[in-house]
Amino acid sequence: MALMRVTSPHTHNRQTTGQVMQLVLLATLPGVLALTFVFGWGTLVNILLAVVFAIALEASALKLRKRPVKFYLNDYTAIVTAVLLAISLPPYSSWWVILVGIFFSIIVAKQLYGGLGYNPFNPAMVGYVALLISFPVAMTAWPAPIHLTPDTVTIPNLFDALLIALSVIERPMIDGFTMATPLDLVRQNDSLLLNDLINEYPQFGRWSGYGWEWANLGFLVGGLFLLQRKIFTWHTPVSMLLAIAIMSALFYDGGSSNSAGSPLFHLLGGATMFGAWFIATDPVSSAVSNKGRIIYGAGIGVLTFIIRKWGNYPDAVAFAVLLMNFSAPLIDHYTQTKPYGHSNIK
Amino acid sequence: MRKIWDIHGGVHPTENKTQSLSEPILQAAIPPYLYVPLSQHIGAAAKPIVKVGDKVLKGQTIADTSAAVSVPVHAPSSGTVFAIENKTVPHPSGIDDLCIVIETDGLDQWRERKARQNFNLFTDDELLSIIRNAGIAGMGGAGFPAAIKLKSSDSKPINTLIMNGTECEPYITADHSLMLEKANDIATGLAILAKIIKPKTILFGIEDNKLDVVNGIEAALNRIDFSTHSGCTTDVRVVTFPTKYPSGGEKQLIEILTGKQVPSRGLPADIGIVCHNIGTAVAIKDAVCLDQPLISRITTVTGEAVKRPRNYHVLIGTPVSFLLEESQYQADQNNRLIMGGPMMGFALADISAPIIKTSNCILAPTEAELPTPPPAQACIRCGMCAEACPASLLPQQLYWFSQGKELEKLEQHNIADCIECGACSYVCPSNIPLVQYYRASKTDIKQREIDHRNAELAKRRFDARQDRLIRLEQEKIAAKQARQAARKKANPPNNKPPAANASAANADTAATTDNTEREATVKAAIERAKIKKATHSKTTDDPVARAQAKREAQLAQDQADPEAKLKRAVESAQQRMKKLQVKLVAAKDSGDPNVNILETGLEKAQSKLVSSQKALDDYKKASNSED
Amino acid sequence: MIEFISLNPLLSALIALVALGLSFGAILGFGAIKFAVEGDPIVDQINAILPQTQCGQCGYPGCKPYAEAIAEGDAINKCPPGGEAGINELANLLDREPLALDDEHGQEDIKKVAFIREEECIGCTKCIQACPIDAILGAAKVMHTVISSECTGCDLCVEPCPVDCIDMVPVSVGTQAWKWQIPDRNPFYNANIIASDQRSIDSPKARH
Repeated sequence: MALMRVTSPHTHNRQTTGQVMQLVLLATLPGVLALTFVFGWGTLVNILLAVVFAIALEASALKLRKRPVKFYLNDYTAIVTAVLLAISLPPYSSWWVILVGIFFSIIVAKQLYGGLGYNPFNPAMVGYVALLISFPVAMTAWPAPIHLTPDTVTIPNLFDALLIALSVIERPMIDGFTMATPLDLVRQNDSLLLNDLINEYPQFGRWSGYGWEWANLGFLVGGLFLLQRKIFTWHTPVSMLLAIAIMSALFYDGGSSNSAGSPLFHLLGGATMFGAWFIATDPVSSAVSNKGRIIYGAGIGVLTFIIRKWGNYPDAVAFAVLLMNFSAPLIDHYTQTKPYGHSNIK
Repeated sequence: MRKIWDIHGGVHPTENKTQSLSEPILQAAIPPYLYVPLSQHIGAAAKPIVKVGDKVLKGQTIADTSAAVSVPVHAPSSGTVFAIENKTVPHPSGIDDLCIVIETDGLDQWRERKARQNFNLFTDDELLSIIRNAGIAGMGGAGFPAAIKLKSSDSKPINTLIMNGTECEPYITADHSLMLEKANDIATGLAILAKIIKPKTILFGIEDNKLDVVNGIEAALNRIDFSTHSGCTTDVRVVTFPTKYPSGGEKQLIEILTGKQVPSRGLPADIGIVCHNIGTAVAIKDAVCLDQPLISRITTVTGEAVKRPRNYHVLIGTPVSFLLEESQYQADQNNRLIMGGPMMGFALADISAPIIKTSNCILAPTEAELPTPPPAQACIRCGMCAEACPASLLPQQLYWFSQGKELEKLEQHNIADCIECGACSYVCPSNIPLVQYYRASKTDIKQREIDHRNAELAKRRFDARQDRLIRLEQEKIAAKQARQAARKKANPPNNKPPAANASAANADTAATTDNTEREATVKAAIERAKIKKATHSKTTDDPVARAQAKREAQLAQDQADPEAKLKRAVESAQQRMKKLQVKLVAAKDSGDPNVNILETGLEKAQSKLVSSQKALDDYKKASNSED
Repeated sequence: MIEFISLNPLLSALIALVALGLSFGAILGFGAIKFAVEGDPIVDQINAILPQTQCGQCGYPGCKPYAEAIAEGDAINKCPPGGEAGINELANLLDREPLALDDEHGQEDIKKVAFIREEECIGCTKCIQACPIDAILGAAKVMHTVISSECTGCDLCVEPCPVDCIDMVPVSVGTQAWKWQIPDRNPFYNANIIASDQRSIDSPKARH
């Protein structure tokens, strides 16, 4: 047997990118379950369709670029992108919305930039923002939590949900099926005291919105699991959450009609936890050093709050992440680590 | 309990150390041929001082060197010098290098040795030269000549001596077994080091996966009073710390034990620390006390492709294949042969490469044990490498810049601080051979520095040459002007009577004759310059064409007008004669002792004139008859 | 003031613009003098990047003239000894597009030095005159030799030699001078860089 000429190290911890991505998928489970429990089968259908589209588009893009298809599909990143995008979409989204979103994520944001590792922007968020700008109505029509839906509306079962997504049957567009999200309500409110607002609308659950708080807690659990498995470091999510907490505390305004909502409301509302643990931690498009990641995360947090309070969109995590993707190279430039032996150079 | 510090990063690969520790160190047999490379460490190679066919004794110096960073090489056993030629050596390149091949006679007969039981009788300098002449070069892996590290410098006093018994690489147990079995030798070697270095603190660093050696080491150290050797109060401590790769790296160990960091591009001596491997301590003890040079070492042979993994006390120059045979090597199961550990060792190209002074381990793994690395995937900048990097670098950025060969960016990101430990590649989920990119980039940076230095030198030489050419041209022009000026001045005084005023005439005539004589040579020079100029303007900068044109032009000129050339010769002979006559008169007047010489010179000039005149006449006759 | 502005909107705007222009102009002018970048003139910086082989392959009699030509706008890809690395450095310095080496001026080659087969040398000094950096020792009718550590491998001495006794020998790579290489680019690797690089893998000949 001829001796192999390879360079050191000759050993490896045997963890692959594919495995890392599988862990990420696993970690989305609690949040996805919570979303399904609260909003029905729509999220699962989104995920199913998105994954199918993503694999198909990724494979054909690789084929066109003459790359080994199986080798690249094995890294699971297309599936992760698809799942993350599907979670961000309103449940019961139409198939063409999902397809367009996946096209922007996989083809435009990723493959056109050279494939995995070369994309400057978070693919899932590119897809989401493209959809938000193109189809604002479809993208802001969040269904009401099942438990708040009037009895007159039948909640679609899994099969019906699939048929709705495939446009075979009509989505029940009657009032009560969709409902303004708590974030919308707070932003649009200019007359009621915060407490009155919360009392008036049933969507506000215990802390932050009926169901939303459970989805956020689910994503928090998943994120902590990934943190424990050292898939990423604490710097980005923690600094992002801290920034949101501090900003919302500054603008809480004692719960007046001007209030932007309590810190807890913001931490457990909207896509905060999902964004902090699953979007902002995307390593490809984020800053590299720990110091840089703190700045990067804090930037996302501050921008998220600013857009939530003064912007025009239902949630702001996607825009905040994309804006900070822009600044990641700059942050990298100014936040190099101090290597061994540089602290005591005369 | 002494405080210990933690280092950034690090990894915990499977240790696999127990396999080779199941049996004690075995003295390996003497192989029929020993292949002793002349370059076994950092620095210059030694030069052979024996010839093919020479008889050598064990321990005899067979190659020596006067270079600063280098040590001599000794015969590991007695025998005959069989060849001095390029052979396979253990080097990542797989390039052959000069080796002295010794055919052993099996007698293992020592050269004469002078045991020095009391090393305190020797001065530090004597000990240093003993250590250097024993060929001791760092046994830890890098192989830096030990004597150089030991040389004291007044500007950098050493207060802490660190004994490195860390051995953090998986599989390797050479140092471990040495500490188990030769604790007393280590202690004696350490005492010699303490005498030379005179440290206030000696720290003996051991990872906590080797706690079984601690008692033995402590007992051996307690037997020695280090303060008497070092001449000052010396505190000796054995320090254990958690196992983590690469805590055995010199810089990392220093941080773990002292909390200090060696400055970037600096040496441990800059912060008053020196670090030696325990293997070096034993080698120093053997060299000083027993007068035995470094001709053998402890090498671990392990991996699943050998049936009897164990440690050997092996002669330098023993082929790896010989050692593997002793361990019942299963060649068909072995996928690669590694010299060193799995993290930093290099794959051997040839099983016949010899053991050298830095060979601490031969690792023969099976494919299942250390699988072939899969193709690398894209870097997703996950940052696991940055978390693992003991130098706190940003490997993902370095990888990016290495791919683009952006050497300046690499330097900005401190690639020079990379210790090439391989922790980044070990954790990379995309299986990118990161450290290989850094090694290549580091050599590229070094090469670029050399290239720039060479370019600078070449530029200086080119500029100097240009200056010289310009100067010569200017001198030519100056000479031409001087000649023209002189001709104007020289014509009238030429008619003056020679001996009007003795001294005045002397000076005057000397000048004028000088001028007239120069006139002829300058005329010739101008001719040449003209040709040169002409050829210059014709051919721009092609030296070939220039050379050819010049040659042709000269030939053409000579052929075109041979009469002029002959006439010139007659003229110059006449002038020289005239000048000599004047000089002779002046010399006779002043009673110069050189009169005789001048007289013979005049005679010669006369005959030259006659012959050149004759040549001219002959030519004229010939040309006339031709007409 | 306000009154004046409201009465004469055009005039006041004009005055304001002129005043602004003047003051910014003054600041710029001051800044240009105060913070003027002192440093190597561009020619020296270019020259520092060129390999100083003085080989003339670029068509100029030496590196400095080529540096001057580049500063005046000549192409940066005419220097084979500097190779790709040199072109990239020049492109970086001058903020130009890095081009492929111009084939007209030769190929990038491994480093070589001149070697005179001394027993054949007739001592004609032609090579000494051709050497741009005086790296050949010798005098008329005595054997010449190349100082190999100074030789830049420019090739200029080879042609003038009337007896063809000069060889260009590759600099030997021993274990000491050996260099690590960037890992082999397996197809996956290469495929990673950009979409358009694929052609070179599929059909290496297609480019020629």
